[in-house]
Amino acid sequence: MATALDVRGLKKTYTTGGTSLEAIEQLDFSIGQGELVCIVGPSGAGKTTLLRCISGLLDATDGVVELDGAAVTEPPAGMAVVFQEYGRSLFPWLTVRQNVELPLKEKKVPRARRTELVDEALAAVGLADSASSHPWQLSGGMQQRVAIARAIAYEPSVLLMDEPFAAVDAQTRADLEDLVRELWKRLGVTVLFVTHDIDEAVYLGQRVLVLSNRPTVILEDVAIDLPDERDQLTTRSAPRFAELRAHVYELIQKAKKGERPA
Amino acid sequence: MRFARTIAYALALPIVLVAVWWFASAGSTSVFWPPLSKIVSVFGETWTADRWTGDVLPSLARLAAGYAVAMATGVLLGVVIGLYRPVRAFCEPTLEFFRAVPPPVLVPVIALFLGYTGDASKIVTIALGCLWPILLNTVEGVRGLDEVMLDTARCYRFSAWTRLRQVVLRGASPQIAAGARQALSIGVILMVISELFGANRGLGASIVQFQRSFAVPQMWTGIILLGVLGFLLSVLFRLVEHYSLAWYRGLRQADRGA
Repeated sequence: MATALDVRGLKKTYTTGGTSLEAIEQLDFSIGQGELVCIVGPSGAGKTTLLRCISGLLDATDGVVELDGAAVTEPPAGMAVVFQEYGRSLFPWLTVRQNVELPLKEKKVPRARRTELVDEALAAVGLADSASSHPWQLSGGMQQRVAIARAIAYEPSVLLMDEPFAAVDAQTRADLEDLVRELWKRLGVTVLFVTHDIDEAVYLGQRVLVLSNRPTVILEDVAIDLPDERDQLTTRSAPRFAELRAHVYELIQKAKKGERPA
Repeated sequence: MRFARTIAYALALPIVLVAVWWFASAGSTSVFWPPLSKIVSVFGETWTADRWTGDVLPSLARLAAGYAVAMATGVLLGVVIGLYRPVRAFCEPTLEFFRAVPPPVLVPVIALFLGYTGDASKIVTIALGCLWPILLNTVEGVRGLDEVMLDTARCYRFSAWTRLRQVVLRGASPQIAAGARQALSIGVILMVISELFGANRGLGASIVQFQRSFAVPQMWTGIILLGVLGFLLSVLFRLVEHYSLAWYRGLRQADRGA
């Protein structure tokens, strides 16, 4: 499997005035093309810092992030990000269609292809009928669907998701989780999904990277050997799901107590 | 039905006030306080075609020019100051000082440099007065732009031009509009004040000339005309705002509902 995203020796230290805070001590991992990997960690584990470094929004103190073999120094063309704060990430003065289309215009995608991509993406997230609404006319879950549609229409080789469902209610969250699985399978896109929700990480991922607390390192890279066909009911009640969940839960508890890998 | 009621509500007070003025002044023999019926009757003969083209329209044109200059400069400078922290730290105290200076005191200063008979000095007066609310509100609006929105623009690699047009200006537009609304009323005031010194044509100048020549009913017609024009300008402004900021009203309503 070819590598889509490669993170080597990533380190981030914030320096303000005389004091410095080590957020990320050392991170090494890589994600293969077409993989769906979740990152989970205790609160304050530097998940957002990590994601901002990977997406090129934040300069790392040391180490390299490579997307498809090219070093990331600024937000790369082959990456799309879905933020947790959907309400602040969509442009309220644009309609749903315009929101999805604007990045494509910036990418100089020809008009006909643009229309096609936007229609497909909106249909894929079940919002074909809301194209002419404004984001604030939609529910939170639907707004996050718009953000997802914008990301997939962009045709990224890696899709980053920063706790995307932390602000929606539980039922909507389950629907959106299934949507992510479905889109991932259908489009073959590489997904890096950051969450603080253990169940969500185990349910979605093929691998779950468990982070330590600050300064962050990887505590364990857990392979999720659940069947590829997953659904909320049977997967979540499978004994293997419970085992994996318990294992990740234990790791998080250890992380909170400050345990580091040997 | 609701529309009719809104209109009735809006018109009730003006009608009452005009009626009170009409009847209270009906038997007036005071030279300074002529009956409203007398003022109305001289309106047509006072504001002739020549007055409109020679006084009213040039005044409005100067207002438009000064206002446009202030909008362009205010928004441009405001975006630069709002986006770059060092520029802001450098400029902000000075801006606060200039804002505190009442615009009419600029008139004698400008008169020193530009003289006070031509159009330029009047336009500069109006522009300088209108600049501050537009500039300071733009700075606030740009500074208040959402971090996540700016990150989104960076992630999708928006060009600088798109970022400016689609994110910064649109995002700050509610604040810019608030500044522009304040500026409009300041502009109308300055349009009149700029003509009180050394001008012989213009709406404000006409009113002063009527007063000096004891054409009191004519003076009153000028004041009424000025009030009506100011009112129409603010209606026009609100109309533009209503359509261009429809998304902002919707967003705020949605936020309140949630």
